[in-house]
Amino acid sequence: MKQYIIRRAGYSLLSLFLLSLTIFLFVRVTGDPASLLVEPGASQDDIDNLRHQFGLDQPLWVQFWLFLRSFLTGDLGHSFYYRTPVLDLYFERLPNSLLLASVAMVLSLVIGIPSGVLAAVRVGGFWDNAGKVFTLLGLSLPSFFIGLVLILFFTVYLGWLPSSGSGTAAHVVMPAFTLGWYFAAAHMRLTRSSMLEVLGSEYVKLARLKGLPEALVIGKHAFKNALIPVITLAGINLVVMINVAVVVETVFAWPGIGRLLYEGITFRDFPIVQTVVVLGGSMIILVNLFVDILYAMIDPRIRLES
Amino acid sequence: MSKELLLSLENLSAHYVSQQGERVVRAVDGVTLGLGAGETLGIVGESGSGKSTLALTILRLLPPAARIVSGRMMFEGENLLDKSDTEMRRVRGKRIAMILQDPMASLNPLFSIGNQVGEPIRVHEGASRGSAWERAVGLLKSVRIASPETRVTQFPHEMSGGMRQRIVGAIGISCEPRLLIADEPTTSLDLTIQAQYLNLLRDLQREHGLALIFITHNLGIVAKMCDQLAVMYAGRVVEQGPVSRIFTAPAHPYTKALLGSIPRMTDNREQLTAIEGQPPDLASLPPGCAFAPRCPAAFDRCHAEEPPEFALGEGRTARCWLVAPDTGTAANTRTEANGPTIGSGVT
Amino acid sequence: MTIATRPIAVAPRSLFAFPRWLEGFPITPALILLLIAFVAVFADVLAPYDPQIGSLRLRYRPPAWQDGGSMAHLLGTDHVGRDVLSRLIFGARVSMVVGLTAVLFAGAVGTILGIVSGYLGGWVDQVIMRVSDAWLALPALTFAIFLAAIVGPSELNIIIILGLVYWTRYARVIRGEVLSLKQREFVRLAIVAGCPKRVIMWRHILPNVLNSAVVLGTLMLGVVIVTEAALSFLGVGVPPPKPAWGLMMADGKQGLMVGHWWLSVLPGICIMLMVLSANLLGDWLRVKLDPQLRQL
Repeated sequence: MKQYIIRRAGYSLLSLFLLSLTIFLFVRVTGDPASLLVEPGASQDDIDNLRHQFGLDQPLWVQFWLFLRSFLTGDLGHSFYYRTPVLDLYFERLPNSLLLASVAMVLSLVIGIPSGVLAAVRVGGFWDNAGKVFTLLGLSLPSFFIGLVLILFFTVYLGWLPSSGSGTAAHVVMPAFTLGWYFAAAHMRLTRSSMLEVLGSEYVKLARLKGLPEALVIGKHAFKNALIPVITLAGINLVVMINVAVVVETVFAWPGIGRLLYEGITFRDFPIVQTVVVLGGSMIILVNLFVDILYAMIDPRIRLES
Repeated sequence: MSKELLLSLENLSAHYVSQQGERVVRAVDGVTLGLGAGETLGIVGESGSGKSTLALTILRLLPPAARIVSGRMMFEGENLLDKSDTEMRRVRGKRIAMILQDPMASLNPLFSIGNQVGEPIRVHEGASRGSAWERAVGLLKSVRIASPETRVTQFPHEMSGGMRQRIVGAIGISCEPRLLIADEPTTSLDLTIQAQYLNLLRDLQREHGLALIFITHNLGIVAKMCDQLAVMYAGRVVEQGPVSRIFTAPAHPYTKALLGSIPRMTDNREQLTAIEGQPPDLASLPPGCAFAPRCPAAFDRCHAEEPPEFALGEGRTARCWLVAPDTGTAANTRTEANGPTIGSGVT
Repeated sequence: MTIATRPIAVAPRSLFAFPRWLEGFPITPALILLLIAFVAVFADVLAPYDPQIGSLRLRYRPPAWQDGGSMAHLLGTDHVGRDVLSRLIFGARVSMVVGLTAVLFAGAVGTILGIVSGYLGGWVDQVIMRVSDAWLALPALTFAIFLAAIVGPSELNIIIILGLVYWTRYARVIRGEVLSLKQREFVRLAIVAGCPKRVIMWRHILPNVLNSAVVLGTLMLGVVIVTEAALSFLGVGVPPPKPAWGLMMADGKQGLMVGHWWLSVLPGICIMLMVLSANLLGDWLRVKLDPQLRQL
């Protein structure tokens, strides 16, 4: 068991390392990273100072080491625009993104799981076909399109919901729905296939052989087992949601880290961009690690086979 | 004259139909069998012979692609085919129970043993959780599981294979059914445990007055456990009758081949006789007898016409032209056997 | 004497009796894609106006069927008076060009790396897989935004960026295929015959993974187009004044609040149609070309 955790953690560490290396290299690949890392309108002195600070005149591996060290000590740069450490900005906005993602996640599960179950139980029936359409739409409709259409109906035409900002429950409805839509389709799909697999299992067969009412067979025996992979995916998706919310947060002016990223690119505030990207990727790697270990603790079979 | 049969299948056929209606797989074809209370019937055949499908047919749990196209299934005097879904559900687990082959897969990994063993009692007899739990402990004891009080709270992955199969057995007898169908219950068990398990089944049968249908490909088990035997090939019953008679003098070439392929200590043969060829594709059966292509004794009529079941006396039948009365190799007496026999091949 | 069987009803044959291999071909999606391609190629001829020139006098004209609209501008004008229809038509070109090229680029890189990684194994495999895992941890959009912020947006840059972001999806799948292909007889024969690795990979492995690559390509096309649109929407896609559908929608947001819906909705519909068609086509291809790929 310990072996597995160590191996798995080492793997994640490697991924984190490669991620930061990638980001580091890409920044420097443009030729003059100073142009990115320095404020627009800085003096030559400032530029030279910066060069020295980042070791841009030094060999690449020294630079990388400085880069890593600064990250590990929590120094992720200063925002030009806000003139505060980016890390502060990040953590200030993170709760908002977390809130949005949580609501969106709940929505996606409330819509996705029951429809997936229905689609699986009546394969080929109305719900299954409706579900297929829903999945297709979920994958084909860009989130900003959904968001704009929602604003058109609920703000412009009906005047029911506010189109920007945060603060009340009404503010969260449309952004959460927009963000959750794609994931609802993804969760529905997974629930359906997981449910189908479980419905074909021997213990479900035995449950029917026992003469249990169909509702009990599906609701008790099949459902709980089918839910396992869905919950796993949902856990990981929560973090993914936080990171891909950039478009939704932009459309609805929701003050989360997605919007922070948008500000970063609009104002050419590179430290913000770099930080959001690095932290976002790291978050996902860590969540994957956490879920894998959790799984290994619950299911003894996994430990054995790896 | 004939004692009241517990289960009587008459000319039962179940076919799988493909979506476009082109391919028809005759998984169970014209099966006629009978079983008395407390008796043990063994059903033997290769994989794909239709024996497992037959079991599911009796319980009417065939997948949607399959349909029962003809015949009757009489259980305790009622035709199971006439029952509604709800009525059938009440039969399953309570009056007819079934044990599946793989005990690890049969038990739901997420629920405790007590929960799963007590479940049929709660559903069929309306027992409370508490009393169902107590009954579960008792059932575990009767299938000879040590320290049942602890075991009952545990989960399937904490048990050994042999224990799991006993638990599945406990689930089977939990509501005191009249008939227990066991589909290859020992195939996934270690050899050393198999004998124990079979003894357990026999004891349970005696204690509870169960009729037992044993589906297996292992003739050794049949010899030990069963009174009657039905040999299936390509969805049809090709030979049936008392075990001892069939073993001493098999009538159908397939049965002969099966018996001949078992190595015995007293054998002084040089080679084991294997059966040549492969089991047929049930969707495109050759005309005539399904076994003819592989049969060492086949002649012209076998390839042209499907043989019906012929009564051989002493409660035996065989579906083979070799024993047809006009071929003059068997007695022509009609006995009660297992209800009305299908045609007697009168020319 | 055979046992009588109750006759089983046979399903009626379909009215459109296509040849077997064309069965289930999604005609509508294919036609839509062809239409968009056609429009993209002949944009110069088809568009009634120059997409980049507008007249402020004519700003925010609604589509022809609404009050205030006219046949002169079938689908209305945008906030600086440019004709929406013309911009949509030229936007099709952008989507097509960027989408197809990026998919081909990602596909080429991903397939090659997948083959190399799967066939050679060893440390090459490890390196490629670890890198692709690390890159896969970053959501595509985030990664693309990051790269766009560094190199600055231009049509070529966007294509390269999308290629860099999406090759990893190919590599994983192709590698899996190669791993199982390696076990097949004809590959083993080639090895025994002394064929050099490079030749085996090129002549034996590559043609056999092309099926998967193509299917993956059609599925990726939709994803790439949505990502490109998202990038444009956020302002880091193909730079203005070149018309990109995502960009049009971003521009349209301001007008949305006062009811000028066509700027935001019409390009969105175009995106949706294109992506839906690509996905449906990809689904059909997946089933036809290789049932093994159903798990994709």
